Amino acid sequence: MNDLLIQNGRVIDPANGRDEVADVAIARGKIARVGKGGGAAKETIDARGRIVCPGLIDLHVHCREPGHEEEETIASAAAAAVAGGFTTIVAMPNTHPPIDDETAVQYVLQRAARANLARVLPAGCITKAREGKELAEMGLMTEAGAVAFTDDGDGVASTSVMQRALQYTKMLGVCLMQHCQDGDLMTGVMNSGAVAVRLGLGGIAGSGEQIMLRRDLELVERTGARYHVMHVSTAGSVELIRQAKSAGLPVTAEAAPHHLLLTDAACMGYDPNYKMNPPLRTAADVEALRRGVADGTIDCLATDHAPHSKEEKELEFGLAPFGILSLECAPGLYAKALIETGACDWPRLIAAMSTNPARALRGADTTLGTLAVGAEADVTILDPSAGWTVRVDRFVSRSRNCPYDGWKLPARAVATIVGGAIKYRL
Amino acid sequence: MAKKASSSSPRKAEPPPAGADAKPFVWRRKDLLGLDELSAEEIVHILDTAESFKEVSTRSIKKVPALRGKVVALMFFEDSTRTRMSFELAASRLSADTILFTAKGSSVAKGETTLDTVRNIEAMGVDIFVVRHGQSGSPHMLARQVRASIVNAGDGQHEHPTQALLDIFTIRQKLSRVAGLKVAIVGDIAHSRVARSNILGLRKLGAEVVVVGPPTLVPSAITAMGCSVSHSLDDVLAEVDVVNMLRIQFERFSSSLFPSVREYHNLYGLTAARLARAKKDLLVMHPGPINRGVELTSEVADGPNSCILQQVTNGLAVRMAVLYLVSQGSE
Repeated sequence: MNDLLIQNGRVIDPANGRDEVADVAIARGKIARVGKGGGAAKETIDARGRIVCPGLIDLHVHCREPGHEEEETIASAAAAAVAGGFTTIVAMPNTHPPIDDETAVQYVLQRAARANLARVLPAGCITKAREGKELAEMGLMTEAGAVAFTDDGDGVASTSVMQRALQYTKMLGVCLMQHCQDGDLMTGVMNSGAVAVRLGLGGIAGSGEQIMLRRDLELVERTGARYHVMHVSTAGSVELIRQAKSAGLPVTAEAAPHHLLLTDAACMGYDPNYKMNPPLRTAADVEALRRGVADGTIDCLATDHAPHSKEEKELEFGLAPFGILSLECAPGLYAKALIETGACDWPRLIAAMSTNPARALRGADTTLGTLAVGAEADVTILDPSAGWTVRVDRFVSRSRNCPYDGWKLPARAVATIVGGAIKYRL
Repeated sequence: MAKKASSSSPRKAEPPPAGADAKPFVWRRKDLLGLDELSAEEIVHILDTAESFKEVSTRSIKKVPALRGKVVALMFFEDSTRTRMSFELAASRLSADTILFTAKGSSVAKGETTLDTVRNIEAMGVDIFVVRHGQSGSPHMLARQVRASIVNAGDGQHEHPTQALLDIFTIRQKLSRVAGLKVAIVGDIAHSRVARSNILGLRKLGAEVVVVGPPTLVPSAITAMGCSVSHSLDDVLAEVDVVNMLRIQFERFSSSLFPSVREYHNLYGLTAARLARAKKDLLVMHPGPINRGVELTSEVADGPNSCILQQVTNGLAVRMAVLYLVSQGSE
């Protein structure tokens, strides 16, 4: 007998080309059957009018633990994740201390196991202490369970260090994720342009992102290593990635909800909730990113969920830290940016929220991010016509730096199932 | 600390502006954050109010009771000499009590945030905060969080509204109009709050503005504010009515934005030789303090075209007007 039967939902499983009304049966934590009539089950969920899809995967979450537990913990991030429909999140390593050795990786996994909500997969630092100088012990971290490597917050400035890092991640078969930003050009706090000039705030030009991306693509071609571009923010980067993919380079890329929805005009009132890195860009960049998701150039969506305390975000715009929350309302934000605008359909969106991030981490033949029979039963049920209002004060995240408070969103997660267990139900 | 409704202006009633359905102007703002949010009408109203206060400084007893019983806190998170003294004198001529805060050796040095500092001082019963701060948008953040009036005395690289108002006041006084004039603002436009407020104010009053400097000091996107850009002072000097020579802020530059002071002076310094090629009655302005021999030579600074000291004198009247008006604001 099945443990759980999700009935009559629109089952979208991009890896298996499925988009039909069907039942999903789960037994002993695995997908037992997908199709009409799943058989008897101890528990059933009526998913009529809902979308049933492989569990959502967020490649880019700042859990802040260890070091800033007042802003977020691995447990609170995992709770926020399942509330947003995510069954798996990748924890960024720019904590205090950073995740740059196997002990730190084990710590993240232990805290995640204790929370027992979403799967929290640790990313390790590329370089020791994120200093960009010496390679961190990526081999030992991979053995301990690190799934990807990044110095997120900063790009790896040294070209020789970056080349060696790619040689190592290629050998280890893991994903290298780069925050593309030329450090020498990183002198501002928002997008450079007319708004920054008017506000008297230092600008961060899109060329700073593209310069590092161009260099890295040269190194990717040379090493053949898998390379993932984090939080793509400019039209120029989208075009570079499009060209790299058509040249056959093993490149994946993610876009964040805020870069798909907001422009630098939002900074006009000096509200630090609109301060993030990379910064909000122009309407043309937003449009290029949406098109990039639509045509598969941007194959992944990732929140860059970055919690910060109230006191830090009450500082002046120039002094407040970069970062924005969105984990708990991400599917609604993505649907607003991409479904409501007609940029793409639900199968494409599900692929970008689940199947493709899984492949960016694990390669093409992974069963993560699929509803294949025998796969871990990570399943998300979405209401595509929820029409709900974001209430930041109801977030389970420990932080509140979210400018979407009061926004009406078209979709939301109504149930999140991890390894066959219901971890969240609206 | 609710504000009283607008009371009568210190000035005699003016004839209403031309137009059959013109309504009498009523000042409503409790804050002066920048010229960006002001209408042309509001800017003119401040200038007109300043005219009436200018006369106070010529009396033997240079004081009016407009702000008697009010407390003006001068919050100087960033160093300033003339702006601070000008505001302090303006407040005292309006009979307000003033308290002065400077960042050095204060609670800020102990790690207190701007907001906490201002909230604590507000709790002592302050009516108007005059705020100078190194961070752009700091007064805007404060205006959202405190009930007292906020007057921006210069925020980062954003705005310095009272400086632009006194510049425009001086232009109007010397050339009897603003609309239709062509004004060059020369120097470090990128980092200048004086430039931004001047561009905004002058454009609203119908003047044409050209900003002049090397591309490393003049962001191309500045044209979105309604001005044009030139990299050659010699190209524009002959056709402008006013030239505002901005101070090169050596203390702000973390890295070299131009090759040398010598070269800068050669390309953008106002010299007697350059002045000879300009309109005869060209008005030469400088917000101070001057780097003599850099932005302009002593000959020009102290010459007949210069109105630099009148700017300072007029600053007092403009700041009296601003303090008076925000104290009447009810928004």
